[in-house]
Amino acid sequence: MISFGRLWAVFRKEVWQLKRDRMTIGMIFGIPIIQILLFGYAINTDIRWIPTVVMDSASTQSSRNLISDLEASQVVKITGYVQTINEIEAQLRTGKVSIGLVIPADFERRLQQNDRAAAQLLVDGTDPIILASARQLTSLQRHQDTQKTQPSSTLFSVRHYYNPERRSAVNTIPGLIGVILTMTMVIFTSISLVREREKGNLELLINTPITSNELMLGKILPYIVIGFFQVTLILALGVWIFNVPIVGSLAEIYIVAMVFIAANLTLGLLFSTLAKTQLQALQMAIFIMLPSILLSGFMFPFSGMPVVAQWITELLPLTHFERLIRGIMLRGASLSELLPELLALIGFMLVTLWLASKRFHKRLD
Amino acid sequence: MNVEQVIQCRQLSRSFGSLQAVDHLNLSIPKQSIYGFLGPNGSGKSTTMRMLCGLLTPSSGQVEVLGLEIPRQAEQLKHQIGYMAQKFALYDDLTVTENLSFMAKAYNLPGKTQAQRIAETLSRYALQPLQKQMTGTLSGGQKQRLSLAAATLHKPKLLFLDEPTSGVDPQSRRDFWESLFELVNDGVTILVSTHYMDEAERCHGLAILDHGVKVADESPANLIAQIDASVFQIEGTSIMPLKHQLATCPEVLSMMQLGERLRVLLSKKIANPQDYLQRLLAPIDQSLRITPITASIEDVFVMATLHRQSMPPAEKSVTTNASHF
Repeated sequence: MISFGRLWAVFRKEVWQLKRDRMTIGMIFGIPIIQILLFGYAINTDIRWIPTVVMDSASTQSSRNLISDLEASQVVKITGYVQTINEIEAQLRTGKVSIGLVIPADFERRLQQNDRAAAQLLVDGTDPIILASARQLTSLQRHQDTQKTQPSSTLFSVRHYYNPERRSAVNTIPGLIGVILTMTMVIFTSISLVREREKGNLELLINTPITSNELMLGKILPYIVIGFFQVTLILALGVWIFNVPIVGSLAEIYIVAMVFIAANLTLGLLFSTLAKTQLQALQMAIFIMLPSILLSGFMFPFSGMPVVAQWITELLPLTHFERLIRGIMLRGASLSELLPELLALIGFMLVTLWLASKRFHKRLD
Repeated sequence: MNVEQVIQCRQLSRSFGSLQAVDHLNLSIPKQSIYGFLGPNGSGKSTTMRMLCGLLTPSSGQVEVLGLEIPRQAEQLKHQIGYMAQKFALYDDLTVTENLSFMAKAYNLPGKTQAQRIAETLSRYALQPLQKQMTGTLSGGQKQRLSLAAATLHKPKLLFLDEPTSGVDPQSRRDFWESLFELVNDGVTILVSTHYMDEAERCHGLAILDHGVKVADESPANLIAQIDASVFQIEGTSIMPLKHQLATCPEVLSMMQLGERLRVLLSKKIANPQDYLQRLLAPIDQSLRITPITASIEDVFVMATLHRQSMPPAEKSVTTNASHF
């Protein structure tokens, strides 16, 4: 049985405390604004201007044409010219350049022979994304060939659904809603109960008739309201600044966001019942944050992960939220089509809330 | 028995690992009285109090508070008791009124009663001028008044006060105790723990705890009357040699220096204690003056805890084991 009066007591107390906590208020609005601007502009998977050094041993008209063709592709940016392979390797090692272009002295002769490559790209393979971009360069046509008509050799033609201009922001911004909510919501509630314990307030609380459920709900509800503000803020910035389309229903976006917010809050509460100090609670929050960001599909496509990793990521609420929000917002899917994802989130929320309630005793032993 | 018992517990024990915090405690606390727990730090005062209000589960024993079986019916008890923790437990980042308003709602006081009760309490504990002040900025005495106000807002029948006056100035302590007697007059029963002797003396009933064992349980007046020692004041010109002489003597149970005087507790086994002291000390100090004086609660406390300390360890461990199994 939940008494509305006691629930209100906890809710109102949380709001009073929050109102005076300027730092937290600043974080509530500062984190979404800063992160959306930062990541919206910074995260870009269309690689351009990879620093490249050139060793042109041929120094002919064709070799200069090749170099200018490469630069015209905008994938590379020639940062300098060197005379030896050793110099290229040194620059690769120190990270000054990521690609070294080697044009051998017999470049002209090689161009005539179809069985040998005319030039060589030395690529820093430590970053697979750069490596992939460098591989695109191999499809570059020979300069003199571009004048000739050539037989069409394409097996596939690709049509871009939903994001025809291939802008990264379209994919990043909806994903950021989930990441920002995870960051703020889990942290808010993970320290909430521990702080009461550390400051000695808990001994008073557990001596009142306030029940565990009333305490948990009273602590969650104010942050659900805050989460709504954050979602609205991110959506507004995303639409105005980054022109991210909202194809699906706005109401469904909010429904999904609310469930996701609640799931994160209950997870934070669970941490709060497990931790002994605020520091421990924060460590737990960070522990869940990193895999959420890296494995949820926010940064890297889900398809590349091994099956076991995919199972694990199914346990993270952010994974389901990313599918929901991108589905509804970008592809215009309806909630009924994505129901299993929503149910997964609701299930996660109920289980963590139940665990937190069970973990929290109105006892000191 | 014609007086209603508010708290009754039998063979109450609690251990933390190998530490026996409370050891087979029997208590019977009558309605409308102030009952004190006196004891040094770590004597089991807080542990007992927490078990009585259901915050800690006893390792063994039975507890009945206000007719409720604890800890089973602890939640029902919460509506009827007030609790003041050793550490200030209200919210520093709420105002005085907000804290009281939170507590009023936490106890589900109806809307109308709430405002009226808060106003009443503010004036009763002289908190009106501080209403809008942030609780964290209050002085020790003010915080303590606010804690008591918050604990009594819902008119509990029983109050648990765990060392409520530690770190509070003497005048505030006196005022605080006046408030306690007013509450008793209104019908409240108060259980208070302290390590101040003057406070212990003001209780109706007093239990002295030492290492989890109750070593005395009486009214302070009776405890003083029944003390198992003769108390003397010794004045002289050379206190140190007198102290050395007394220290060699097993019949001297305790001595305490007060400026140029000594307060000595002497075993009752000695038939004529004044002559005994005279004979013992006269060769050392010519200007010696020995006067019998009445015992204080501190003497009672010293005697009660002395007995326990001198107990052989073997015997002690036997009782500890018995409570475990």
